[in-house]
Amino acid sequence: MRVVPVLALGGVAALSMSLLAACGGDDEGGAAGAGGGTAITAGDDKCELTKKDFAAGVTEFKVTNTGSKVTEVYVYAPGDKIVTERENIGPGTSVTLTVQLSAGKYQVACKPGMVGDGIRQDISVTGVADKALDPRLEKAVTEYKSYVIEQTNATIAETEKFVAAVKAGDVAKAKELYAPSRVGWESIEPVAESFGDLDPRVDAREADLKPGEKWTGWHRLEKALWKTGSVKGEEQYADQLLKDLAELKAKVNSVKLDPPITPTSMANGAKELLDEVATGKVTGEEEAFSHTDLVDFKANVDGAFKVYELIKPVVQERDAALAKDLDTGFADVQDALKKHEKGGGYVSYDTVGKDDRKKLADVVNALGEPLSKLAGAVAK
Amino acid sequence: MTGGAVEGTDRTRDRAAERAPERAALSRRRMLGFSGASLLVGAAAGAGLDRAAAQEDGGGRSAAAAPIAFHGANQAGIATPVQDRLHFAAFDVVTDDRERLVRMLKEWTAAAAAMTQGQQVGDGAIGGVAVAPPDDTGEALGLPPSRLTLTIGFGPTLFEKDGKDRFGLKGKRPAALVDLPHFPGDKLDPARSGGDIAVQACADDPQVAVHAIRNLARIGFGVVAVRWSQLGFGKTSSTTPDAQTPRNLFGFKDGTENIAGTDAGLLGRHVWASAQDGAAWMAGGSYLVARRIRMHIETWDRTSLQEQEDLIGRDKGEGAPAGLTKERDKVVLTKLKPDAHVRLAHPDSNGGARILRRGYSFTDGSDGLGRLDAGLFFIAFQRDPRKGFIPIQQSLAGDALNEYIQHVGSGIYACPPGVPKPGGHWGDTLFT
Repeated sequence: MRVVPVLALGGVAALSMSLLAACGGDDEGGAAGAGGGTAITAGDDKCELTKKDFAAGVTEFKVTNTGSKVTEVYVYAPGDKIVTERENIGPGTSVTLTVQLSAGKYQVACKPGMVGDGIRQDISVTGVADKALDPRLEKAVTEYKSYVIEQTNATIAETEKFVAAVKAGDVAKAKELYAPSRVGWESIEPVAESFGDLDPRVDAREADLKPGEKWTGWHRLEKALWKTGSVKGEEQYADQLLKDLAELKAKVNSVKLDPPITPTSMANGAKELLDEVATGKVTGEEEAFSHTDLVDFKANVDGAFKVYELIKPVVQERDAALAKDLDTGFADVQDALKKHEKGGGYVSYDTVGKDDRKKLADVVNALGEPLSKLAGAVAK
Repeated sequence: MTGGAVEGTDRTRDRAAERAPERAALSRRRMLGFSGASLLVGAAAGAGLDRAAAQEDGGGRSAAAAPIAFHGANQAGIATPVQDRLHFAAFDVVTDDRERLVRMLKEWTAAAAAMTQGQQVGDGAIGGVAVAPPDDTGEALGLPPSRLTLTIGFGPTLFEKDGKDRFGLKGKRPAALVDLPHFPGDKLDPARSGGDIAVQACADDPQVAVHAIRNLARIGFGVVAVRWSQLGFGKTSSTTPDAQTPRNLFGFKDGTENIAGTDAGLLGRHVWASAQDGAAWMAGGSYLVARRIRMHIETWDRTSLQEQEDLIGRDKGEGAPAGLTKERDKVVLTKLKPDAHVRLAHPDSNGGARILRRGYSFTDGSDGLGRLDAGLFFIAFQRDPRKGFIPIQQSLAGDALNEYIQHVGSGIYACPPGVPKPGGHWGDTLFT
């Protein structure tokens, strides 16, 4: 291999990259214009901002290089900690820099020639970010809260029947009612999980327990029903399950949820539901005894879809390509699930072979990846 | 495993101008520097400066070696001096949407152009929107480019699967992209074979190779799904005859007569496809045959030195052909046993057939029976497998070495020509 002269390489690379930066600028210019962001004029000897005081939250800078050198722009927190940066902004080109800033003092630095400490401007950010300003998102949050309450009520109604069968010692009936009782819970699990130790009490798997920890909840009853074949002595756990779910009901009905539901938490919750599917259901770990994993799978996906449905108008506007990927992704997962429907539910997961599991894993990955971008799109 | 073969040049036509990334991706090393944690801050002043090209030793092992150019007439990773590590992945295309597939190939190309130059994917691993996952997965932050190359190939099933012309490409399937025939002794696992698209990632640092495949797989979700993948930890063939010939897990030097990457004549004759071969879109491309060859390590180790040397046809220390004294002595076929591996694989036994080998040793733990699950992940590039791998492998049906090896995975892929400059993308000559 030849030794490429360092400086020559650097020079040529910088030149060609500036051309590419120009292309990027074209793509993103529209967004900055529409958002009415703050303009940064970066010249060979200046770094001017149209505004220096900002409200906390997401700020868009439209950087225009009016100089003759390739430049780069940084936003620094105290101690020159990089908050964000953009390199290789060619002469005459513009790029958009989107950054989320919380209250504090920052510096914007323009570095013509991409060397040195740059020309710096102090900026200050005050207040607390309010991300639910978009009335459509506010509405989505309100509707999602109703959905959470609905699903909580549904899971309690089904669990009451299940518990009655357990307490009557009717194993066959209880087995039948077990999976349906979990559907509401599984569709809103991330919200339920946000309330401290409720989730472990209700939904812990035996392998999750720490030494000395007492095992309660659905999966304890699942093991008794499928493994032991008897629910004798389990009545107290059935009662406890209903009590815990009543606690969930009280929490989701409180006027001020703690933690609150926000568009970002909704979107992250949707992603977490798919994570649940990917790590627990596709592998068959969730329902180790009953093998009713596909029922949970469906509930997780439906819960994620509900979130997407509610914020979709905003997503379509902010990232149309993402919305398209999500539409395809959800449709493909539902299609793949359909193949395993049986009666009113699903086949036992232990009868789903390796190839079919791979297919399910593929569609879950295909949906999970774009879904992970939902929160970012909502926070834009 | 020691048959005729070809070797990679350092792509001398690579120009600095071709090194421009598809987009202004962040340099991994610059990020590290500017984070304030290192002395690189001052040194990493201008674009590209941090890519200071270091002198490379003959084997191309220097971690500080200059990045391998992504853009060029041929894809890198074929004639390129063989790197130390491999991550090879085969993908199934899971969409019927041709446009979406092409969009992904463009995204892959941009990511590959960035990663091979030591830069991060997209907007990088840090500094993006805090509530969104970063574009780059981050485990290569601060690592040098490590001579990473990414080489793509298209399998027969991309052109036609179960009688279906999936993407309107059926008519473009090159005649040379045959379905490999069954070879005696094959015990192929479908889960380790085939695939619509393959990507070979080679780098001197395994983490850089794995990072590359991981990020491509991530970008591909919804369009492709990983069908199988293979890590290789040690190169078994070099394309740099001046460097020491590496040894395979049998302990023998492997690839002494490989095609040198600098030998333009041999590359043109045996490695690069030409428009006259039938598929114009493949001009400047090459055909990749991959075989996962399990070695029965434990029984091999119980074999006497004399028998090992007879089986291979070379001595174990120097690597000299049987009856001769130096590794580079010209093989005299009649001095080798009739069923010696080198003899049967030799071009002179196969009408002059030659391939460029780029295989790696692998060890995927053990097999549950107390044996190493180890062997050779064989990779060969050639102008036409019907005149390369296939006749050679057929000739090896009588190979005495077959008692100690078993082919358990297989793939064949048409690797298109290189992307000559930014703006083009992988497969653009095919998807026209």
